[in-house]
Amino acid sequence: MADTLANLALGFSVALSPEVLLFAVIGCLVGTLVGMLPGVGPLAGISLLLPATFGLSPTTAIVLLAGIYYGAMYGGSTTSILMRIPGEAASVMTCVDGYAMTQQGRAGPALAIAAFGSFIGGTLSIIALMLLAPPLASLALKFGPPEYFALLTLGLIVLAFLSGGSMAKSLAMAALGLFSGTIGIDLMSGYMRFQYGIVALGDGIGIVPVAVGLFGVSEILLAAGRAVPPKPQRPKLAELVPTRDDLRRSVGPIGRSTVLGFLIGIVPGSAHIISSFVSYALERRLSKTPERFGKGAVEGVAGPETANNAAACGAFVPMLALGVPSGPIPAVMLAALMVHGIAPGPLLMEQQPSLFWGFVASMYVGNLVLLALNLPMVGLFVNLLRVPYAYLYPAILMFSVLGVYAAGQNVIDVWIMIAMGGLGYVLRKLDFEVAPIVLGLVLAPMIETALRQSLAMSSGDYAIFLTRPIAAGLLGVALVLLVINLLPSRNWRAQLGIEN
Amino acid sequence: MTGHLSRDRVAGILLVVGALAIGWATRTLPMGTLGRPGPAFAPLLTAVLLGGLGLWLALCGGGPSIGEIDWGEAPRTFVLLATLGAAALAFEELGFRTVMFGLLAILLIVVERRPLLPALAVALVLSCASFFLFADLLRVPLPRGPFGF
Repeated sequence: MADTLANLALGFSVALSPEVLLFAVIGCLVGTLVGMLPGVGPLAGISLLLPATFGLSPTTAIVLLAGIYYGAMYGGSTTSILMRIPGEAASVMTCVDGYAMTQQGRAGPALAIAAFGSFIGGTLSIIALMLLAPPLASLALKFGPPEYFALLTLGLIVLAFLSGGSMAKSLAMAALGLFSGTIGIDLMSGYMRFQYGIVALGDGIGIVPVAVGLFGVSEILLAAGRAVPPKPQRPKLAELVPTRDDLRRSVGPIGRSTVLGFLIGIVPGSAHIISSFVSYALERRLSKTPERFGKGAVEGVAGPETANNAAACGAFVPMLALGVPSGPIPAVMLAALMVHGIAPGPLLMEQQPSLFWGFVASMYVGNLVLLALNLPMVGLFVNLLRVPYAYLYPAILMFSVLGVYAAGQNVIDVWIMIAMGGLGYVLRKLDFEVAPIVLGLVLAPMIETALRQSLAMSSGDYAIFLTRPIAAGLLGVALVLLVINLLPSRNWRAQLGIEN
Repeated sequence: MTGHLSRDRVAGILLVVGALAIGWATRTLPMGTLGRPGPAFAPLLTAVLLGGLGLWLALCGGGPSIGEIDWGEAPRTFVLLATLGAAALAFEELGFRTVMFGLLAILLIVVERRPLLPALAVALVLSCASFFLFADLLRVPLPRGPFGF
């Protein structure tokens, strides 16, 4: 414990340095805007800002990107509550009761509870991250290629399992992502795969063009005929104070959703989205008056908003401790670290203590900044939504091209982004989840290398995955999830809000 | 004919076609053995997985009929993609500012039918301001066209 506190002190000395602090605030501001703007989302926002971090130190870069991530969680609640427009998917559940509260003239308390819940969920989850990441990293040092192969396979299956809709469709998308990840040079033999004379494909397909195309561009293509957003309301500062009854009703949901969100955050998948749905379903189930949900129940705001922020922090645990991204957003952040020459994984804490603990401490600072920003500046932020969508989306497309080109310095990446935008549009029309493609793309080199190294270790004997307890256990869990999915009744998924 | 096929079945057929294409593309790569896989092993494995899941969807897939999907925004989508494609083609030759000005102007004036002068002003300010922010201040290398513009 003394070590942890000493490390945290080191972290705060880094996080409170003027440069890091400045970029934490910028990240939170940008994240809030990203969360508010429909069609951008944290993943596209982080991808777009990635090239702008190249000139920064690794610590400053990761603090900026993390600020965008949890800033988006805060920002998404504002438009959901005031305008019934979820800036990003994790805020969908907040629309239900948040907007109902707005219609009753209670937008202020809804915003305040959302901000408090986000702050508490985020802050407590950072404490959990701080305590959990070091022992997890120590455990991960015992992992060899078979264990990593099993862990990564389990990650993909859990993502497919928890995705809304058909697991077969999600797994197919993961397979598509895995294939995309094999394009370029084969690290073990030096062979070029599916390069077709295009030199830029030698290093493989980048995460940034794929993520921006699948999430940012395809969203704009889908919204091509969208109607003008409704007129926003702007509550005054004095109207933000929640009643004693609001606070009493929110305590339980905030506490439960912190734990729930953090645990879901660790599990691979689109944790921040899933956690808000599960939290809403849980609160409605536990409520003695479930009929109030959907009609302005403050618990319906407190739960999902706390859970998505807690999950956003929880998602950093496997990324920092194991070097394994638990979803597309940590995957892009992992790529950002790699661009800066940092190898995330169990040794990160030992080799880069100021980066790791500076990052952890910056999350405390970021949550405070967001609390201070969100309530007084709600009116200011909402003004941005007055910009007509007809002007907004061309600007987003321009920044998409800029971000993608800047990240790879190659126009091929812009073509990949356009192709992925078109593919994402068609796939979403056919009701496919596109997130598994990004995760598959990120995990493909790791999975393939782990598989081939495992087979080299065992002289080609596949039993190596069954004779090593951790690998066998992880694959066993994956198998159980597959079997459960094949069972006829999956009503529990619908009850938890995971099903479409 | 397609009106009677469900959405997931059509998706499944497309996945099977994609898997066959991947399988065909791997034929030039060394396969290795099951014990010592070569560069073709992982792509082929993903093709088998993709094909299997596609077949499953093609045989058992549900969802609404493919004909019921509303593709109303598709023409506009095509125009957006074509405009982006044209921008990508000209990007390195004409430079960031010129191409982005053109992209924004086309989207605002032709696609969105916004008034000419405000649209041109927005296109000019956005393209130049973003270049100043990223290329000049943040030192992100962006292409310059003829005459350094």
